[in-house]
Amino acid sequence: MLRLPPFRYHRPSTVDGALGLLGEFGDDAMLVAGGTDLIPNMKHRLFEPAHLVALRDVDELRGIREEGDRLRVGAAETLSAVASNPDVSRLFPALAAAAGHVAGPQLRNAGTLGGNVCLDTRCTYYNQTRFWREALGWCLKKDGDVCHVTKVGRKCVAAHSADTPPVLATLDATLLLAGPEGRRELAVRDFFVADGIANTRRQPHEILVEIRIPLASARLRQAYAKLRQRKAIDFPLLTVAVAAECEDDGTVVRIEGVVTGLGSRPRILTGWDEVAEGRVLDDEVVEELASRAHRQCHPLDNIIVDPEWRRAMVPVYVRRALLDLRAA
Amino acid sequence: MMDTATDIVRLSVNGDARDVGVPTHFTLLEALRYGLGLTGSKQGCDKGDCGACTVLVDGEPTLSCITPAFAVEGREVTTVEGLAGPAGPHPLQDEFDRNGAAQCGFCTPGILCSAAALLERVQRPGRDEIRAALSGNLCRCTGYAKIYDAVEAAAARMAPPGDAS
Repeated sequence: MLRLPPFRYHRPSTVDGALGLLGEFGDDAMLVAGGTDLIPNMKHRLFEPAHLVALRDVDELRGIREEGDRLRVGAAETLSAVASNPDVSRLFPALAAAAGHVAGPQLRNAGTLGGNVCLDTRCTYYNQTRFWREALGWCLKKDGDVCHVTKVGRKCVAAHSADTPPVLATLDATLLLAGPEGRRELAVRDFFVADGIANTRRQPHEILVEIRIPLASARLRQAYAKLRQRKAIDFPLLTVAVAAECEDDGTVVRIEGVVTGLGSRPRILTGWDEVAEGRVLDDEVVEELASRAHRQCHPLDNIIVDPEWRRAMVPVYVRRALLDLRAA
Repeated sequence: MMDTATDIVRLSVNGDARDVGVPTHFTLLEALRYGLGLTGSKQGCDKGDCGACTVLVDGEPTLSCITPAFAVEGREVTTVEGLAGPAGPHPLQDEFDRNGAAQCGFCTPGILCSAAALLERVQRPGRDEIRAALSGNLCRCTGYAKIYDAVEAAAARMAPPGDAS
């Protein structure tokens, strides 16, 4: 039995109402949408907010529709809704696939796209009960001054473990954030920082309002591949998102790959254009791209599965994603 | 950290409006089990992995162990206790019995709820649809074959007469 720490639950109906509650309660308040990440973390005493400000009744955070030259997805739309939405499936099949691969059905019914974008990082030494963590000694990410992964490091290396941000990055998506000082738009590819403790540029009292995906990205060939122990429930051990702009004959104009599940933020693979630009995605090009990915990824012992094996799986899953993309 | 506060949560459970006094941080599962005595929904991993606590909220399979009780005010909750009707057990419950689909039985209430939601949505689901719909419910005893058999048999019984597909 895992009891929650005491809190009050608030259900504002507008973004301004939610911001007002955050202002009123300050550091004692946290935002919750689906709760599939935060509530288990609270049960592990990783967070003990006295007030939870719930976002699921805020209408402005709902809705999936075309607006001008982009598709806007309300941040509180559930992963089930994103995965089964006809517009998402037609325009951005890799996003529908990624959302449909998060966890299991019940978690996708509650978990939201915005929550997946803002997911806390994960680590063997962090996602544990207080009893477990206290027995070993606190870690950098929570209450301690030592990293049990690197032993000597002063930087938290907990793993970014969300399925959808790599895909959103390859689709050039942006995020609309609302805070006490107003609203701002950030590119998904600029949203993450290499700090396992707090790996996004979202301020604690900013609300992710919507995810915006340019309709122009629908012309990209896209694919998504995920490594995990079981085909449901588990967090990713590795995810690969690829997207390419190709001419009618298959010649690559530009191509991009993003992997995550390894370090504290999604890794945008480099040097792909110089391999693939002007060529068709034949087996030789696929192998070169997979090999480049392998050279750039060096997972640590931060999640339960052997890092050498996860590293060895990088070219395997990049290859699978590229073959899917070629067939798309 | 603040002191534990209690409040009345207004739930709608299996068609009944129920006012329950609970600590404000109680989960829906705790409100059902310890506030209402509805112990059909099981407390398994208690952190959203295993699916034993699955109930239906507005018809959707939901993990009650990670859902705050106050989050479902104004929504309709159905637990395994609400599946049977006046005429007797739900066809799923009957077929779980006939097919030996329950062994220790701990996962069964959650699986019945997930399966009931599937059969509301799809009249005659294929094996892959059943597998996908139950992929968030872990069983450590039987293996899943008999569970899938039972869901298929229940679907066949519930399908409109004349549908032989």
